[in-house]
Amino acid sequence: MLRVENINAFYGDLQALWDVSFQVNEGELVALVGPNGAGKTTTLRVISGLLRQASGHVFFRGRDLSKEAPHRIVELGISQVLEGGKVFTEMTVLENLELGAFIAEARKVKDESLKWVYQIFPRLEERKSQRAGTLSGGERQMLAIGRALMSKPKLLMLDEPSFGLAPILVQQMFEMIKEINRQGVTVLLIEQNVRAALELTHRAYVIENGRIVGEGTGEQLLSFESIRSAYLGDGNV
Amino acid sequence: MFEGLMQNLVFGILMGALYGLAAVGLSLVFGVTKFLNVSHGELLMLGGYASFWLFTLWQVDPFVSLPAAIVFLLVVGAIFYKLLFGRMVRLTEGEKIQKTLLVGFGLSLILQNLAIHFWTADTRSITTWYSGAVFAFAGVRFPLVRVASMVIAFIAVVALQWFLQRTYTGKALRATVENWEAATLVGIDVQHVYFLSFVIGAALAGVAGALVSVGYSIEPTMGMSWTLKSLIVMVLGGLGSITGTFVGGIILGLTESATGFFLSLTYKEVVGLVLFILILIFKPQGLFGTQGR
Repeated sequence: MLRVENINAFYGDLQALWDVSFQVNEGELVALVGPNGAGKTTTLRVISGLLRQASGHVFFRGRDLSKEAPHRIVELGISQVLEGGKVFTEMTVLENLELGAFIAEARKVKDESLKWVYQIFPRLEERKSQRAGTLSGGERQMLAIGRALMSKPKLLMLDEPSFGLAPILVQQMFEMIKEINRQGVTVLLIEQNVRAALELTHRAYVIENGRIVGEGTGEQLLSFESIRSAYLGDGNV
Repeated sequence: MFEGLMQNLVFGILMGALYGLAAVGLSLVFGVTKFLNVSHGELLMLGGYASFWLFTLWQVDPFVSLPAAIVFLLVVGAIFYKLLFGRMVRLTEGEKIQKTLLVGFGLSLILQNLAIHFWTADTRSITTWYSGAVFAFAGVRFPLVRVASMVIAFIAVVALQWFLQRTYTGKALRATVENWEAATLVGIDVQHVYFLSFVIGAALAGVAGALVSVGYSIEPTMGMSWTLKSLIVMVLGGLGSITGTFVGGIILGLTESATGFFLSLTYKEVVGLVLFILILIFKPQGLFGTQGR
């Protein structure tokens, strides 16, 4: 469904991604894990068109996204949730969700999508007329994901959905993500919380210093010595 | 004494409504695009002349020709955006402010001089058959044309507010103001939003200019003063609040006329700048602003 091929990307003169390639198949829940500054967010930004790669291609359902404007990429079915959610704080929860259905196709089925999102996140329905700025961190994250779902994406990309959440909420958040995936949305997740991410997902890629350094099923990666020592804190020091 | 003061304050409010309208346009453009368009006053001047020439050449009533002034400024705004300002949308916020200041100053000089060249430096105004009409209330005179102008300015601001709050496109504008990346990721074409806000800002300047040409007077060099006043009002009212900006305009109008009454008309221009500095020192987010700045 999504095929990233040999991406090189820069911030100014600084190369952030080196020859990054990976793919996500329809219906999968895939994680991209790695330490802070490894290039996870940059990878998502290239896919969603917020950052243009210097070379390489992103194919989504056979279509080359390299020349598509970012709002067109949303129309093609990719929805990215930014780190920390970035909800529109001055607007109500409902307005945020309605804006999620901004693209023409999604606007037609707005009411249905709204029911769907409320079913996944009942909390959002309770808070629908509240200003988004008054929500807690966890609720904002739910709203951001809900807003992304309102565009009826085929691929949902989540940037650190557990960021800043209490451990008990992290567990709930991951359950919700699993549920969204079970309902047919392909998910690409990036996480610093490596263990939780690897337990959750079908497959994962490990990225370090802008390069993909490992791939496998969650279980496989969890048993890798280097991963264990680098991210899970139980290797030989 | 008291009636004289009341009369002055009424004139201040009537003038202030136009300051407010001009500032709302500037503030909308700045809020969305972070372009500080210092040629905003010249756009207003063009609106004034559009209305003036339509009246002088073809006797079109200035209130009837308002839509024409709006369309004219929409087109002018679109041209300036495509040729000049649109090239700067990808810069960082700080660079945008700097570079648009330079472009704006250049543009304002060019427009002023073109206006002097083609239309002479004379002060002009529109005198219709009803221009002298006045109604009195409690000993205070209300010039009909200026009251009508204030009503139109108010309607324009309410319409803009409605557009921003109730329509999908308006919400897209507000979303872009808050976070252009998040806006992009819900499928909003932010480049188009920038363009749209710029031409709407130009159209609002056009309406203000047309109203100035009928209730007051216009001249090619009027733009700088209007830009300055719009800037003062934008800071006074605070970013992010359309109605707050409009009220800010009325406060500036009132302050100016009170100064003229109690001190001297000479200080009228100064007091706005003093107000500007005081606001920046004591309440930099403005009186009604929602965004810290």
